[in-house]
Amino acid sequence: MSKSTPRPIPPIQNRQRITIGISLLVVGLFMLLVFTRGTQPGQTATFGMNITATSKALTIPDLVLPVQPALYTFIVITVFLGAWQLARGVKSIGWLVGIVAFCFIAAFLIWATKEKSFNLVGMLSSTLGRATPIALAALCGVISERAAVTNIGIEGIMLIAAQTSVVSATITHNLYLGVIVALLTGGLVAGIHALLVIRFKVDQIISGTAINILGAGMTSFISSRYLEAHIDQLNNSGTFKIISIPVLSNIPILGPIFFENSPIVYIMLIIVAVMYVVLFYTPWGLRTRAVGEHPKAADTLGINVFLVRYINVIIGGMIAGLGGAYFTIGSVGRFDQNMTAGKGFIGLAAMIFGKWNPIGAFLSSLLFGFADSLQVKMQILSVPIPSSFLAMAPYIVTMIVLTGIVGRAIPPAADGQPYEKQ
Amino acid sequence: MGTVLELHGITKSFPGVLANDHINLSLEEGEIHALLGENGAGKTTLMNILYGLYKPDEGEILIRGEKVDIHGPNDAIARGIGMVHQHFMLVPVMTVTENVMLGVEPTRNGIFLDKAKVAKHIREISEQYGLEVDPDSYIGELPVGIQQRVEIIKVLYREANILILDEPTAVLTPQEVEGLFKILQTLIEKGKSIIFITHKLKEVMAVADRITVLRAGRTVGTVSPKEVNPEKLAAMMVGREVNLVVRKKPAQPKEAALEIKDLYVRDERKNMVVNGISFEVRKGEVLGIAGVQGNGQTELVYALTGLLPLESGEIRLLGRPVYHTSPRTIIERGVAHVPEDRLKHGLVLSFPLHDNLVLCNYYLPPFAKGISLQQTVIINNAEKLIKQFDVRTPNVYVNASTLSGGNQQKLIVAREFSRPIKLLIASQPTRGLDVGSIEYIHNRIIEKRDEGTAVLVVSSELDEIIALSDRIAVIYRGQIMEIVDAAKTSKEYLGLLMAGIQPSEAAKAAAKTKKETEVERVF
Amino acid sequence: MTEDKDKKDVKKTEKAVEKHGSPWVDNLLMPALAVFTGLVVGGIIVIISDDTAIEAWRHFFSAPGTALKASWDAVITAYSALFGGALGNPKTIIAGFQTYFSTGDTTALLKSIYPFTESLVLATPYIFAGLAVALGFRCGLFNIGAEGQFFMGALGSAYIGYSITGLPWFIHLPLALLGGAAAGAIWGAIPGYLKARFGAHEVVNTIMMNWIAFRLSDWLLTGPMKASGFRPVTPSVEATAELPRFFPDPLRFNWGFPLALLFAFLVYWFLFKTTLGFEIRAVGANPDAAKYSGMSVVRNFVLVMTLSGALAGLAGSAQVLGTDHWVGQGFSAGYGFDSIALALLGKSHPLGVVLAALLFGILRGGATNMQSVARIPIDLISVIQGMVIIFIAAPDIIRWLYRLRIGRTEQTVLTRGWGK
Repeated sequence: MSKSTPRPIPPIQNRQRITIGISLLVVGLFMLLVFTRGTQPGQTATFGMNITATSKALTIPDLVLPVQPALYTFIVITVFLGAWQLARGVKSIGWLVGIVAFCFIAAFLIWATKEKSFNLVGMLSSTLGRATPIALAALCGVISERAAVTNIGIEGIMLIAAQTSVVSATITHNLYLGVIVALLTGGLVAGIHALLVIRFKVDQIISGTAINILGAGMTSFISSRYLEAHIDQLNNSGTFKIISIPVLSNIPILGPIFFENSPIVYIMLIIVAVMYVVLFYTPWGLRTRAVGEHPKAADTLGINVFLVRYINVIIGGMIAGLGGAYFTIGSVGRFDQNMTAGKGFIGLAAMIFGKWNPIGAFLSSLLFGFADSLQVKMQILSVPIPSSFLAMAPYIVTMIVLTGIVGRAIPPAADGQPYEKQ
Repeated sequence: MGTVLELHGITKSFPGVLANDHINLSLEEGEIHALLGENGAGKTTLMNILYGLYKPDEGEILIRGEKVDIHGPNDAIARGIGMVHQHFMLVPVMTVTENVMLGVEPTRNGIFLDKAKVAKHIREISEQYGLEVDPDSYIGELPVGIQQRVEIIKVLYREANILILDEPTAVLTPQEVEGLFKILQTLIEKGKSIIFITHKLKEVMAVADRITVLRAGRTVGTVSPKEVNPEKLAAMMVGREVNLVVRKKPAQPKEAALEIKDLYVRDERKNMVVNGISFEVRKGEVLGIAGVQGNGQTELVYALTGLLPLESGEIRLLGRPVYHTSPRTIIERGVAHVPEDRLKHGLVLSFPLHDNLVLCNYYLPPFAKGISLQQTVIINNAEKLIKQFDVRTPNVYVNASTLSGGNQQKLIVAREFSRPIKLLIASQPTRGLDVGSIEYIHNRIIEKRDEGTAVLVVSSELDEIIALSDRIAVIYRGQIMEIVDAAKTSKEYLGLLMAGIQPSEAAKAAAKTKKETEVERVF
Repeated sequence: MTEDKDKKDVKKTEKAVEKHGSPWVDNLLMPALAVFTGLVVGGIIVIISDDTAIEAWRHFFSAPGTALKASWDAVITAYSALFGGALGNPKTIIAGFQTYFSTGDTTALLKSIYPFTESLVLATPYIFAGLAVALGFRCGLFNIGAEGQFFMGALGSAYIGYSITGLPWFIHLPLALLGGAAAGAIWGAIPGYLKARFGAHEVVNTIMMNWIAFRLSDWLLTGPMKASGFRPVTPSVEATAELPRFFPDPLRFNWGFPLALLFAFLVYWFLFKTTLGFEIRAVGANPDAAKYSGMSVVRNFVLVMTLSGALAGLAGSAQVLGTDHWVGQGFSAGYGFDSIALALLGKSHPLGVVLAALLFGILRGGATNMQSVARIPIDLISVIQGMVIIFIAAPDIIRWLYRLRIGRTEQTVLTRGWGK
């Protein structure tokens, strides 16, 4: 019958191509209409390239940009890319959107900084700090979900660990002990989640929600019952000193951003690397991924599916616990009620955007950290946008990321499903 | 030579079912021992006990005369037992090497996976047993036949001496089955022993050294293929003489109810799986779609019923085009669909029977007035249908999840057949059912045909297709190889088409094999 | 042979039905035990945080009686403060009635029933918000965004309530309610749409919508909607937009409560007696089968999230129009999160939700009293609620604790992963 060769496959992404192309042109138009408005030739924007006087980095001159030419450059790039996409289509939507987003943010910063001065490196270095708890939450998500256990209770785990770490650090006057306590608490709470979903087959989302509610309730209870009355004895630990890595921290720009940080930031970076190697190059990682993709196959080969899941979820909880410690002993030295402010959930979004890969999760956490850090710094620049709207930025970025327009990934096949041993 | 494995009096019960009732079995070194029985006879349960996945209630297992307790797959593997499962236990997103090494990973420096070592070992096994496979390819990209080889390699990599193959031919073309049989021969020549689980009589006759027949959880007997013929084996399997031929009058086809031209469909992962299909189904005839699972049948049916969009091409349903048409519109035009996966698509298990019986027309009078459901009408409808379609249940208020598989299927048939329909699409309508239910559903389908309904049957059971169809279309890799008259074709010819052999060559080859089989039959 | 098989099949089915346990056990006994166990856990926390009791436990081996008594006292003090504060003192109530019947003076009576009516007042938004979450569950959707929808609903109602003047109440009040429902509906519809169109998981998105709502309210309450004065609150709504109160001040018991009961009935009717509800339940129970049988899964996602948002919005409306009359920062105060627990406790059934909401109203009503009398922070209630969620979701724990030998029911799976 139909022995004729199949016809060439008609392009199905026509509509998507046009939609994205037009959206990019709209972005370009918006930049043209809003950002160039009221600019005059000869205006400049000054970007600080040195963090503070205490930094070990070599001082370099600040970046002074002429506002109008710089703005028009970014607008032209955006419009060109939009037109190219509309006419021809671009292979990697991720790169396309990434470049346009960069142009938009750059133009926004220039617009906001015109005739002012803005410490760019300062913002970038606080980006890594703000990304740290998000990255740790995301890494917790990655390691649990690679073994097919969703953990939506990361927020609650971080909150509880934040509290236990600051209290133990205050009592013992030892911040490192605080970190250890945070790890143990995180592991313990995650262990409860694991027990509920693996042993009792509780719906994973419900269990996570219960942990979030318990976490918020417990910590608030302890806060109002004990901490408020005894701040100095219980809730005032001080914070980690910044550790400068010799030589490397002297590099301008990169030095202050990557090599002058709290120890927790370095530990986070190490976890990213170690988790990547473990997941993809060791027997444990192979087993974890098998359990996440096809638990029954793993079971028939004698792998203890439940054990793998318990261990991964608990290790994930310890990582989230470290994230919790960052909120208290890593940054402000005291516990405030509900101080995690949704970072656990943003971490989950970073995990999804990072395609369940530790490095991807870290990079997308940087994106969220950037959005967060940007909104804080913008408030200082007194941009004519209410600070509340700027504060929404990380949440809105999360929602956009979740639509999967940019870089959709496939989760582990068994993610979220309980395993029934026959 | 000697007995490598003995099972004595194995008994296992599940809530409400006695799956194995004092089963005995012995396996000699270097033999292929077939375990034959209908679906639900207890074959898989028995093998899962042997593999340590279930714990027997009673009975003992002896390996080389020594009594053993098998607590889990690890124990089984350690004692040289390997199992090739009916549904492959392979991780699709991993490579052949990763799948093979999973669970017994060699390492470099005690930390890092040593994939190169495993790949080398796989190549050695490939060579030794004639199991060709590329260790670096991803499982998801391999054809089913090759995936099965990977499963066998997995078992051999663990140095198993006793291989259990659970329904290994269910997903293979007749030609791939030949290939598998050759591999099995090689394996026994190298001293392995094999338990071959199946419900297909002909395979047993072709390959087994001894045959143990199970029925309803009991051992019926162990025979040698030389002593028996297929008819006798069939009788042992089902306990009575069966006649799988459906009695039917010649078809009276009228005008076309469904016309498909040059249809292309992508699956959910956006792969093109239907590649330019054209055919028509006329009122009053049954068109059967034969083919090995996974050749685009599922997506073809999804496209016809509105569950997947068309990529290009044309579907005309009762003269009107179907394009981005919702499942509801298609149902309303008079299409009934017995879905391939009844638990996924066919039923809402947590709904009572009466609600399941109005799943497609709950919003129409008399079941609804405006938006208000008419509970009494819905229940009366259900009472009537469960009688009419012989659904065995205490009442209509129980949840669909409580019914047995056969009765669940009857429930779907009751719902779909009771509507005024012009086209019936039945996908794997009797998969996993007992003989009684199969007969019942086949007769109902023919009844519909005789009423003048156009019927499209999709099945991977060639016997079913031949029994039901007036015309047969063979699908291979998303294309129709040929459409033949059911009365004028042979199983061999269809089998070759299913394997992708072009019709002209298939005709030659079929003629040849037919002669050979006839010669063989003479013994 | 077939006869035999016939009987066997029927028997099998009957057994399977039996195995499912009775609806009484599932819907009444298990929730009751879950609540009880939650209270026990709460009691243990009370003992741990009670200085006298802890002190007594230090001397447990010398004086075990004292330790037990001190613990018992602590728990009793806390819980009697809790329930007394929520329900009132029966003796005072009887006395109040006696005074009323003998003298016609209502002062004492009103004073005595104040705690109870206050619990009903607190239960009112719980009913709405619990219905919102329950409706989502029925469609397989997890709306954790009731908190933000509640806030937006309150702001919507408040805006219509104070900005429009000169309308008669029978137009103004419905309009204000509608405004709240609409604001909540928008907040629910956005995640619903994102789920339907892009498959974005509603759990994360509704949480994000919560935070956006909080930030937006920060801006509204300090800017466009701020009343004159220093505090970041809205102006009070016009009297014509208020839900009328039944009794004179300070009793705040108002028409919001009967309205909530009416909505509970409407949701019940909608879910179980209409074709739309049939679809929603089918989509929730098996989306694939729903799609196969011609229902639009994505349309139902959007519809349910919109309706769910509207109900949560009405919770905020009822709170602002009936109880507070203005909106300030932190207005939602955990109502949205608590509603998850009570929807689970009520087994996602409107009647169950009403009962659970009454319980939560009582807990919340008494918590303030417990804090002032027994110095137990209000947050104990959240802990109890979290425990209740766990016990409801893991009935095996309850079975094990109380050695129950009753069959287990099928558990609905709500998690559908991130992809779909």
